[in-house]
Amino acid sequence: MGVIVGKNTKVVVQGITGTQGSFHTQLMLDYGTKIEAGVTPGKGGQQVHGISVYDTVEEAIEEHDANASIVFVPARFAANAVFESLENGLKTVVVITEHIPVKEAVQMMARAKRCGATVIGPNTPGIIVPGECKLGIMPAHVFQQGVVGIASRSGTLTYEIASGLTSAGLGQSTCVGLGGDPIIGLSFVDALKMFADDEQTKAVALIGEIGGNLEELAADFISTKGYNKPVVSFVAGRTAPSGKRMGHAGAIVMGKTGTAETKIDAFKKAGVDVVERPNDVAKILVKRLRK
Amino acid sequence: MKLFEYEAKEILSKYEIQVPQGELVTSPSQVREIAAELHPPFAVKAQVLVSGRGKAGGILFADSPSEAEIVAKKLLGGEIKASKVRSLLVEEKLSIKRELYFGFTVDRSNQCYVAIASSAGGIEIEEVAATTPEKIIRFPINPLDRFRSYHAVQIAKKLGYSNGPMLKLATIFRKLYQVALDYDTQLIEMNPLVETMDGNFVAADARLIVDDNALYRHPKFKNRLLEQEKTELSAMERKAREKGLAYVKLKGNIGVIGNGAGLVMATLDAIQLHGGKPANFLDVGGGASMDRVAAALDVVLSDPEVNTVFINILGGITRCDEVAKGILAQKERRGFAKPIVIRLVGTNEEEGRRVLREASITMMNSMEDAAKKAVELASMEG
Repeated sequence: MGVIVGKNTKVVVQGITGTQGSFHTQLMLDYGTKIEAGVTPGKGGQQVHGISVYDTVEEAIEEHDANASIVFVPARFAANAVFESLENGLKTVVVITEHIPVKEAVQMMARAKRCGATVIGPNTPGIIVPGECKLGIMPAHVFQQGVVGIASRSGTLTYEIASGLTSAGLGQSTCVGLGGDPIIGLSFVDALKMFADDEQTKAVALIGEIGGNLEELAADFISTKGYNKPVVSFVAGRTAPSGKRMGHAGAIVMGKTGTAETKIDAFKKAGVDVVERPNDVAKILVKRLRK
Repeated sequence: MKLFEYEAKEILSKYEIQVPQGELVTSPSQVREIAAELHPPFAVKAQVLVSGRGKAGGILFADSPSEAEIVAKKLLGGEIKASKVRSLLVEEKLSIKRELYFGFTVDRSNQCYVAIASSAGGIEIEEVAATTPEKIIRFPINPLDRFRSYHAVQIAKKLGYSNGPMLKLATIFRKLYQVALDYDTQLIEMNPLVETMDGNFVAADARLIVDDNALYRHPKFKNRLLEQEKTELSAMERKAREKGLAYVKLKGNIGVIGNGAGLVMATLDAIQLHGGKPANFLDVGGGASMDRVAAALDVVLSDPEVNTVFINILGGITRCDEVAKGILAQKERRGFAKPIVIRLVGTNEEEGRRVLREASITMMNSMEDAAKKAVELASMEG
């Protein structure tokens, strides 16, 4: 099963005629994702890898059945694309685009909440339910259908950990990239709630990094509500200095807030296994799931 | 991007929020002239972009223009928290009845802007939050409903004001919200917002940070930032910036290159875990070309403190063969005087490894083993 996306996810690609949009449309098609239509204003009537392109989402969904969108639109126009999908009733919007201003990002999230839609990202590699649907830009070969639900704030590090789980024979039920920006649609707590109800998911891996307090909130959620599955976590940036942005707009320690230390402490207090090395995620889960 | 106090105050004035009478100066003699036109006593404030400036001695007071010149000499050309003082703001010192705090910032976990107000102004708000959290009013703003007049009145009331002063204060809050929207601020704060003896509210200090992702809407600041970087960034940082590489200099001897912010951070952590010290953070980003990789290696190798380099690549969108070609190109250009540890796995791994093997460059499979190896080599070199 997995969460959020699956065999019945039917996708509109916004920004399909761009380099990234076109390239990843092909890879998603290769994976078996049901791409129904593409949208780029001014390019309506074209075809990209056999997919029809429309000027608007409205036109695309008149002709095709769709319930999700993936956004490859440049930062200045990305919020507009998200609003368009939300207004046209698409319930899952994956925003690959990086560098969307906060002013637009907060509006996007508020609108999504009002529509009952899920925004994943911005600045996310996307979401994959191995064997069913890949709505994102992650390399498919490191994933394999399995039992671990992954939620992560970074891309490559996730591939590192996912590939460890694949080699260990555990695989993944769903792997969702929350995104590297300060304002993101899906949180660790949201992911934990979904994984709790998903039968395929037997354990959860949370991959955090410095900045913000999503990890602390997740720890708080686990310790107050309890959790029905083993949770293991890795937090990147133990050695990051204060006031320096480590690549992601969201990854910055300000004074004493957002440090790896507070996140790790919070997780440990909540009974979450926190590992020091990315590869230990798989090792610990093999042990925990054998019990 | 952080703005200077004087820039933030110029903006507040434009929105009719009162700031102290004063002017920006760059030489001590100018200070005397300006002060002569103002009412004593004076505040002489170093224009630097660090917080905790007052505690670090960056704000001095004077009772006469000649004294103002003397304190200006102390500040100008000196450093406050390692930040060079190039200009000063000379202002009339306010007669303070009460010091408040008011500002807007981004609440990441609730995905909205939040207004923050406090009756304990004049000290760092983080400190107030830690010691007397009951003195802080947090007011989340739904971006679809916005921050309206009645919200502002609610906050002014909670700060203990009524009647005329309450309405005056609420008007200032509303104006500041407009500044926050118009200037795409990640943070804007008046601390202290002073209630003066004669019943006015004046922003005695102002901090404004513009959202970097919105700088395209503020070309004036964007250009200033570029100019500033030319003089303030080190040669290495500049080179990295020009090539679009995310680079942060750290205090160590192992140069690090990787793809993806999370992976690079984890690489720094792994080095530290094995007892080593990373010299930098460098993310080549997704889908890096051979040119980018070569440029990254050039930046790291030109750091004199680096004695060992660790390249950690996990190819997803990034292709290992491109990375290998970039490494090779740099080797041919400048040779490798320093040992280099390479971990290269993922997309097009075979081709990448072949390229490097033929050039007698060795590689490792696991990030952990490679980190360990890099630390060993660095300690031998050191």
